[in-house]
Order: sequence, then structure tokens, then C-alpha cells
Amino acid sequence: MSDLLLILVSAILVNNFVLVQFLGLCPFMGVSGKLETAIGMSMATTFVLTLSALCSYLTHQYLLVPLGLEYLRTISFILVIAVVVQFTEMVVRKTSPVLYRVLGIFLPLITTNCAVLGVALLNINKQNNLLESILYGFGAAAGFSLVLVLFAAMRERIQAADVPQPFAGSAVGLVTAGLMSLAFMGFSGLVQL
Amino acid sequence: MTLLYALLSLAGMGIVFGGVLGFASVRFRVEGDPIVERINALLPQTQCGQCGHPGCRPYAEAIAAGEDLNKCPPGGEATIQELADLLGREPLPLDAEHGEETAKTVAFIREAECIGCTKCIQACPVDAILGAAKMMHTVIAAECTGCDLCVEPCPVDCIDMLPVDRGIEGWHWPQPQAHEQLLTSDRQPHRHQGAAA
Repeated sequence: MSDLLLILVSAILVNNFVLVQFLGLCPFMGVSGKLETAIGMSMATTFVLTLSALCSYLTHQYLLVPLGLEYLRTISFILVIAVVVQFTEMVVRKTSPVLYRVLGIFLPLITTNCAVLGVALLNINKQNNLLESILYGFGAAAGFSLVLVLFAAMRERIQAADVPQPFAGSAVGLVTAGLMSLAFMGFSGLVQL
Repeated sequence: MTLLYALLSLAGMGIVFGGVLGFASVRFRVEGDPIVERINALLPQTQCGQCGHPGCRPYAEAIAAGEDLNKCPPGGEATIQELADLLGREPLPLDAEHGEETAKTVAFIREAECIGCTKCIQACPVDAILGAAKMMHTVIAAECTGCDLCVEPCPVDCIDMLPVDRGIEGWHWPQPQAHEQLLTSDRQPHRHQGAAA
């Protein structure tokens, strides 16, 4: 039980995907302009990451390993994740228009996000079992969401601030992201994994 | 042998997933709101924007969401009456703020005066004006909806709005009264029945 909790804390804080492992930086910079879109993106990412961790684990365990085709994992994970996300998008669109309006535009955006593929591949590297894989995926997504929402809130404040001309726009965003990354490095002593 | 397995398993995954997605796109197809389609079929499709919406379909969506149905000058009283019948609402008089009902017109470019500035082409919502930069423009009369949007941008004022010549087949006596005040037997057949079907 404490193992699972450790995986969660490690994925959210200590090995945060964005600020410590530097995965998924493009949505981190791209959709952090407004708090609302950041929240929508976080929810979609959480959904996709958890689902894709599950699906890629199943693909690896029951298709690639028995056939001795581990070297095909990258391409097959991309395939599986893309299909699962696309399928889910269609089902959500049919069954729940409200949820589709919140998640809709973001779902296809993150299909080929490096964080999504990163979770799938790291799960194999760490030799996680099914439950651990799902939890790791969820933890990574929760960490991503936490950082994205915090960063979006900061950028909304920075919009109103008097930033020197050469730093205005994404430059000050990158500086802020660097400072946040430094802060998150401070968590590295929290858990030993 | 391993290579064959690799090829087969990837191809197999591709085929299975393609099938699943194809099935899902048929099974989970999303239909648009049917009432919007029916309202849109009643609107005159001039795309003139006089209602304050960027075209007829957005106005149809707004009507379905509860907006007043009396903002369409090109459609006039007849369209308001049909919309009221369809939606079971009270027919309202045409809102003068959005313009007045006029006889159906079609744009005509006095071609000798046209300087080929293309401004009317950009203004036309239904692409009924033909021409190129520094070439004479002309109006495809069958496509023109008579929305007047091309008159304003013309820098040399060479566009006239001419009343439509119905021809001997389509001519009838002008209607003496507004549509809803006639006896039922005197009414003209609804203009849009063909489009709505």
C-alpha cells in the first residue's frame, strides 16, 4: 500500500513530469495563457494519461512480450494511444455534449504528447505491474495538472504586471517556468525511490 | 520468422483499430439539432447579416435557443409567419431596427464604370460576383440574393439593385395584403416548401 502511495507522490511532486523530467513542455507553454483552458487541458490530460498507461501496459504484456517484439513498443504505443483517444472522443461526443465541450478540443491535441508516450515507456522501464502502471500514469497527470494550473494562474498575474520590454510575452513565461522548476527540484529529498 | 511476426502483428493491430474506429464513427455519429435544420430551411439564405448574426444558420441556431423570430427583413412577414407556425410562437411584426421588407432585388454592375477593385467580391456573402483585380466584374443573377451588401463598398457606385423580373411564368398579381390576413383559400403556396422537404 505504501508502495503505491510512494509512486503517486513521486510522480506528482518529486519526479514531476514537466518541471523535473521536462516532458510535455509544449502544452505547458502553449495552453497556460488562461486559467480556464488550463483546467480543461488538465482534465483531458488526466483522462488520457491514465487510460493510455492502462492500454499500453496491456499491449506490452499480452501482445509484444509473448511474440518477442519488445523493440516495437514505441510505434505500437503511439498507435494504441491514438486509437483509444480517438475512440473515446467519439463516445464522449455522442454520450455527453457537456463533457465534450470541456474536453473536446484538447483530447486530440494531447494524443501524441511526449508526456503520454513517456508514461507508457517509463512504465516498461520501471517494470511496473498493472495497478502501479495506472497509478503512475494518474500521478504523472495529476502532477502535470497541478503545475499547469499553477503556471496558468501565474501567467494571468504576469499579464497585468509591468514587465520590461525585452522580457514581455513568452520570455518571462520561460523565466517563470525555470524558477518553478528550481522550486520543484527542492522536493527531490522527499521520497527515495 | 520474427520479422514476419512483427509485420503481421503491426498490420493486424492497424486493421483491427481501423475497423474499430470506422465502426465507432458510424455507430456514434452525431446528428445536428433537427429543429435548427428546419428553421434554417425556412430562412431565405441571403446570408446578409441584417439580423445581427453572421449568416442564416447562426440566426437559426439563435432562434432555436429562444431569440425573437422577427429579425429577418429579406424573409419578411411570410417567413415570420412560417417560423411562428413551425415553433408554435406568436408571429411578431418585423423588427424595424433590423431593416424593412422590400421587393426582391438583384444586384447589377454597370460594367462600363467598374474599375475592377474586387471590393464587392469580398463583400458578397454568397460568392455571386465574378471578376478579378483590374478586370470588370459582373453579377451571377441566379446566385444573387439581393442582400445589398455589395452596394456600400463600391468606390464608384456602379452597382444598382434592380427589381427581379419574374418572367411570364412566375408573374402574378401583387398581393393586396400581408400574408396572414388573407383567407386561407387566397394564400399563395408557401415559398419554402420545396426547400424544407
